[in-house]
Amino acid sequence: MTRPGGITTLADHKRRRIDELTARTSEGGGVSLIRDAGRRLLRDPAAIVGAVIILLFLIIAIFAPLVAPHDPVQRFPELTKDLTVDSVPGASAGHPLGSDPLGRDFASRMIYGARQTLFVGVLATLIGLLFGVLLGAIAGAVGGWVDVLIMRITDVMLALPSLLLAITLVALASESTQWTVIIAVAVVNVPIFARLLRGSMLAQRESDHVLAARALGVRRRHIVTRHMLPNSLTAVIVQATLTFAVAILDAAALSFLGLGDPDINRAEWGLMLGVDGVRYFEVRPELAYFPALAIILVALGFTLLGESMREALDPKNRR
Amino acid sequence: MALLDVRDLSVVFQRKGATPFTAVDGVSFTVEPGQTVGLVGESGCGKSVTSLAIMGLLPRRGNTVTGEVRFDDTDLLTLRPQELRDRRGQDIGMIFQDPLSSLNPVIPLGLQVAEVLERHQGRSRQTALREAGVLLDAVGIPDPARRLKEFPHQLSGGMRQRALIAIALACKPRLLIADEPTTALDVTIQAQILTLLKDLVDQSGTALVMITHDLGVVAGLCDTVNVLYAGKVVERAGRHDLFADPRHPYTHGLLQSVPRLDADRGGRLHQIRGSVSDNIPWSEGCAFAPRCDRVVDDCIGETVPLEPAARGGALRCTNPVPQEVPA
Repeated sequence: MTRPGGITTLADHKRRRIDELTARTSEGGGVSLIRDAGRRLLRDPAAIVGAVIILLFLIIAIFAPLVAPHDPVQRFPELTKDLTVDSVPGASAGHPLGSDPLGRDFASRMIYGARQTLFVGVLATLIGLLFGVLLGAIAGAVGGWVDVLIMRITDVMLALPSLLLAITLVALASESTQWTVIIAVAVVNVPIFARLLRGSMLAQRESDHVLAARALGVRRRHIVTRHMLPNSLTAVIVQATLTFAVAILDAAALSFLGLGDPDINRAEWGLMLGVDGVRYFEVRPELAYFPALAIILVALGFTLLGESMREALDPKNRR
Repeated sequence: MALLDVRDLSVVFQRKGATPFTAVDGVSFTVEPGQTVGLVGESGCGKSVTSLAIMGLLPRRGNTVTGEVRFDDTDLLTLRPQELRDRRGQDIGMIFQDPLSSLNPVIPLGLQVAEVLERHQGRSRQTALREAGVLLDAVGIPDPARRLKEFPHQLSGGMRQRALIAIALACKPRLLIADEPTTALDVTIQAQILTLLKDLVDQSGTALVMITHDLGVVAGLCDTVNVLYAGKVVERAGRHDLFADPRHPYTHGLLQSVPRLDADRGGRLHQIRGSVSDNIPWSEGCAFAPRCDRVVDDCIGETVPLEPAARGGALRCTNPVPQEVPA
């Protein structure tokens, strides 16, 4: 850069100072959208609370065998031997939350439940995201009758209440496993992702920078993958975070209704709430409180993080 | 031979249930190698549609393009989409009005410049990025090495437009189409960008089609000027002729409407009556007639033809502004 002539008369140390100051103001280099958003998330208390909750549950889920005092399927007959039909073992030494009517340690089942719940929620969301993005990208990029076809199918799916649709899908499966639940919840979310992505793809298709790319003779493939898709993904990322919460709630609801995995050994919060929690609510309400609270907390964590990400990824907030 | 020869180009927009709208109505003009040609007119006269039609960038549905766009003696309108894509960016570059929205917000600037080099010149990412740095330097962006890694929102408006110029000129096209390249910029930056464009065009011998509503831009840059009104060329003249002695009442009116420093103080600025939508179909006479100060009976009836003018260029008027007699 050229300096005004007068500056050469400055003393050396003054000139160095100017260089220092100008270097500081012009420092920078590229800040990607993701890094920029990450920086803003770290300043948002709601995002941190959400992330901490999720992280906590994630750690518990991953290290369940180390955290849990007992095997979740191991029965302790001594806990249940004096029981009448209408009671459940309360807290005792080594069993801080007591046990379920079959004598299985309740605290351990809660801890292993985190594993199951997060597994189902995350997998259902990711599968839904994958197919939703695929369909939405095809609809938005190809247009024409392909677009119409895909969108009418999503319309039909969105016309049904999501839980009702999921129940129907589970009912259609010949046998119920945890995979039927995952797939049912995933399928319910596909049209939401597809519509969202297609909408932003269409907006991108009409945008000036896509027109500019076309004016440069950029190949169609690259226009879709480099120019349209990356600019359309933010809404989908936010939606995915929020969908984790919905997927966990939906999966729990299916188990609660007895439509989940019939395996009685599997520890799953929705199932625990639906079977023991309901039956013994009057004698031991904790059996309902703990799974319900856990479900709410995880859903809350993902919702808090999702809402903050919506804010952080909004390009209007970029600096 | 002309580099670009646009013959009788028409663009008609059609929508189901609506009367077709002729946005560009038989426009013809030529651009010689290295020449700068202006397309001037107010909003809605068909300037931008003309440029998009030349580039084949109009939407596939909803419009009909007729006529010929001969570039190097190939009619661009008859090329297959793939062949046309190979030419865009390579032989013909284009600069748009809004530099921020014309850049991809999520890709660093360097990659956006490199993309066109990779696409057309088969450069590797590495080489392309190095060349991108040189290009940014050539359009006057300071510290190009750092700017390469930055995102569009981190640049100023003027720098973005410089970057777009760098991208458009990356493959050394023989023709550059600039669609209102300075409209979104403030006046001081406008002047810089115009100077830059002029220098680059002079150095490289690139022909330039300058689309603008700003007569100041035309005065500083263009060799020949085409004045468009309601989709037709109404007057074509060399820059000096046009400014010194406009013959078409529309051109005359436009020039009268430019504020002048040497005008009488307190005088009202001239304005052309009505708006561009107050016109009659060209088939019924002169579209400008309802707004024209010199309208006569002959203006209404049949299409006024574009006739060659004695001084060169052409004029579409039955009652032109009389030639100024040198005092």
